[in-house]
Amino acid sequence: MSSERIQMAHGSGGKLSHDLVKNIMWPAFANDILGAMHDGAQCTINGVRLAFSTDSYVVKPLFFAGGDIGKLAVCGTVNDVAMNGAVPLYLSAGFVLEEGFPIEILKRIVASMQQAAAEAGVYIVTGDTKVVEKGAVDGIYINTAGIGQIIDGIQISGQNARPGQDIILNGYLGEHSLAVMSERHGLEFPQTVVSDCAPLNRLVAELLTAVPQIAVLRDPTRGGLATTLNEIASQSQVGIMLDESSIPVSPAVQAACDILGFDPLYLANEGKMIVFVDKEYTAEVLRIMQSHIYGRESRIIGEVVPKPCGQVGLRTRIGGVRRLDMLIGDQLPRIC
Amino acid sequence: MLTMTDEQIKKAADFFTQEIARLAGQRSIRLMEVCGTHTVAIFKAGIRQLLPENVELVSGPGCPVCVTPNEYLDTAIAYSKDPQVIITTFGDMLKVPGSSSTLAQQKAAGADIRILYSPLESLEIAKENPDKNVIFLAVGFETTAPLAAATILMAEKAGITNFYVLSAHKLVPPALRVLLMSENSRVDGLLLPGHVSSMIGVKPYEFLIDEFSTPAVVAGFDPLDILQSIYMLVKQIHEGTPQLENQYRRIAPPRGNEVACRTLYKVYQAVDTVWRGIGNLEGSGLGIREEYRSFDAKTNIPVTVEVMKEHAGCQCGQVLCGTLLPTACPLFGKTCLPEHPVGSCMVSVEGTCAAWYKYGAGRWQG
Amino acid sequence: MCLAVPGKILEIQDLLATVEIGGVTRKISLMLLPESKVGEFVLIHAGFAIQAIDEEEVRKTLELFKELEEYADHDR
Repeated sequence: MSSERIQMAHGSGGKLSHDLVKNIMWPAFANDILGAMHDGAQCTINGVRLAFSTDSYVVKPLFFAGGDIGKLAVCGTVNDVAMNGAVPLYLSAGFVLEEGFPIEILKRIVASMQQAAAEAGVYIVTGDTKVVEKGAVDGIYINTAGIGQIIDGIQISGQNARPGQDIILNGYLGEHSLAVMSERHGLEFPQTVVSDCAPLNRLVAELLTAVPQIAVLRDPTRGGLATTLNEIASQSQVGIMLDESSIPVSPAVQAACDILGFDPLYLANEGKMIVFVDKEYTAEVLRIMQSHIYGRESRIIGEVVPKPCGQVGLRTRIGGVRRLDMLIGDQLPRIC
Repeated sequence: MLTMTDEQIKKAADFFTQEIARLAGQRSIRLMEVCGTHTVAIFKAGIRQLLPENVELVSGPGCPVCVTPNEYLDTAIAYSKDPQVIITTFGDMLKVPGSSSTLAQQKAAGADIRILYSPLESLEIAKENPDKNVIFLAVGFETTAPLAAATILMAEKAGITNFYVLSAHKLVPPALRVLLMSENSRVDGLLLPGHVSSMIGVKPYEFLIDEFSTPAVVAGFDPLDILQSIYMLVKQIHEGTPQLENQYRRIAPPRGNEVACRTLYKVYQAVDTVWRGIGNLEGSGLGIREEYRSFDAKTNIPVTVEVMKEHAGCQCGQVLCGTLLPTACPLFGKTCLPEHPVGSCMVSVEGTCAAWYKYGAGRWQG
Repeated sequence: MCLAVPGKILEIQDLLATVEIGGVTRKISLMLLPESKVGEFVLIHAGFAIQAIDEEEVRKTLELFKELEEYADHDR
């Protein structure tokens, strides 16, 4: 019963999304850089190592607690580039606008993009604007691509996870997803649920300068923490064991998940990053992260283990172990 | 509401785990849970890891989606193709395979299918679309059926005439009876569904002791609730005194929710119905009463449904009765996967096979 | 089939209650639990309150879980 049409689940960042790219795009575009399967591309031009990444932003609603589509479009790509161990420098911004879209709102979004770019220290240097007929897109879609220079001596890759490494997360899960979802599901959140959308490149640069031994960096966006860790476990052929008590989820996010039947470990985050590093450097990494505005809640959430290969486990509060698989399709509200 | 520190939780869990092992001794014990939500909760808490090898936990037919025959899905899919119809459904149903398609695929092809959190949302949709027929896919056991009944009563009160229900509600106690009567089953104890019990109370389960002398515990869903319930069952087995106990008193009082049951049986009545993999069970389903037939989709909206096909080799029936482990099904993990399921045990989030696949058969091989 | 969460009733208007669940507020129907009062804890399933939560039993359960070793001695 294979599907011949794109379903919403293909966009959720889980296995179906993965398979779509694997079965259609990769074979068509086949090359070594793409095959390395980093979040962005790492390439070398005349001896200069560059990281290059792109993302499209279609979030609804356009404005939510803690951000908007513009801020997201800048931070998302800035972070993708940074997670390659690079300093992001320049972004492009392509807009697809629906006929009838209010110009005032476009101005707000563009201003927000500039604000985010300024904070990140990047420049939006080129772009494009297209307008399509009413109904052809939903308001506004933004694509950003970013390029940055990989820091000297740094080798970040999803293939670098090894037993003997700690896994560190910089804060609370699911905040972005819930901030965006609240309208859609008729939930009223307390003021505390705010999208964590933020540019992490400066924190990354600080970390890599102090601890160049950092092995893996990744931002758990679509598919959530569990999917991201599965990707890394698979790419590095190692096992991962997480500690449930250590994984920070706010009561409001947990409550919303309980109501809707979602799992916080699979929710998209926007201002979160995972760091894999040899245990001897953990204390230093934590010190730097916890001193940073986007890392105050950083903590060890687990470690790399030799087996089972490619699998992620979670030690539960009662002392059991649960296997954490990749997200397959998308999470849907359920009653069972 | 059970606020405890991590240390307290661990200590309590250790106590139950040790006692379960001590009381089980060398005896081979097989416990069955009959609530899909328990299936998932057990995996999520990693409970099997904590049980001795001789205490086995199997899943019964507690996933309402899984026990619904293909015909129901085929009917829903046929309705979704009708341009005058808006289908409203819980998210659970979206990816369930019918004979040749799923609601998710129909949605991708342009059908108006809307996921809701509460059946009441159907009424809003019906009011906003007076020229369309809104059909709610009413699936679930006694926890959910009263909600569909309440929604029908609300529709009647509000004079809404374009709201319909395609019902496949089922009752738990008749399924338990069939399970215990089956010659293949060997169930030493039952973990009873705590939330179904919050509706129907404890009395409907008395036959488990009176007729079958099978230990049974009404169980909650917190990891400690489940551990305590398993402990209570193993203790009964050890002492040789089968009883019907209630571990979930804080939420499932003995008399249940009488208003909910009255509401349910005002609109619905017990009917014979087919359980996938089990067959026709007398008085095990819910059908809309004559006086409310104007809300029944099949009575009022004509539809042509394709001839139902069950996939050859699908063993969902046996898996549902706990007589076959998912890993023993020849299709499991090969042609039957979460991303393209053959049978419903694999597609529903709480289906036994989906749970086994996702959580890796429950024991971490570290 | 049984995903349900506990919530506290903040206000009631006709048979519609505003409940609070871990800081999140939501409107739910009291059609199946019409005797509910403001301040009570109820179990919520798919937009309906389906059962009142017995706070005394919650207290007892908590006490049991926290003091298991003490209770255990009675059994052995």
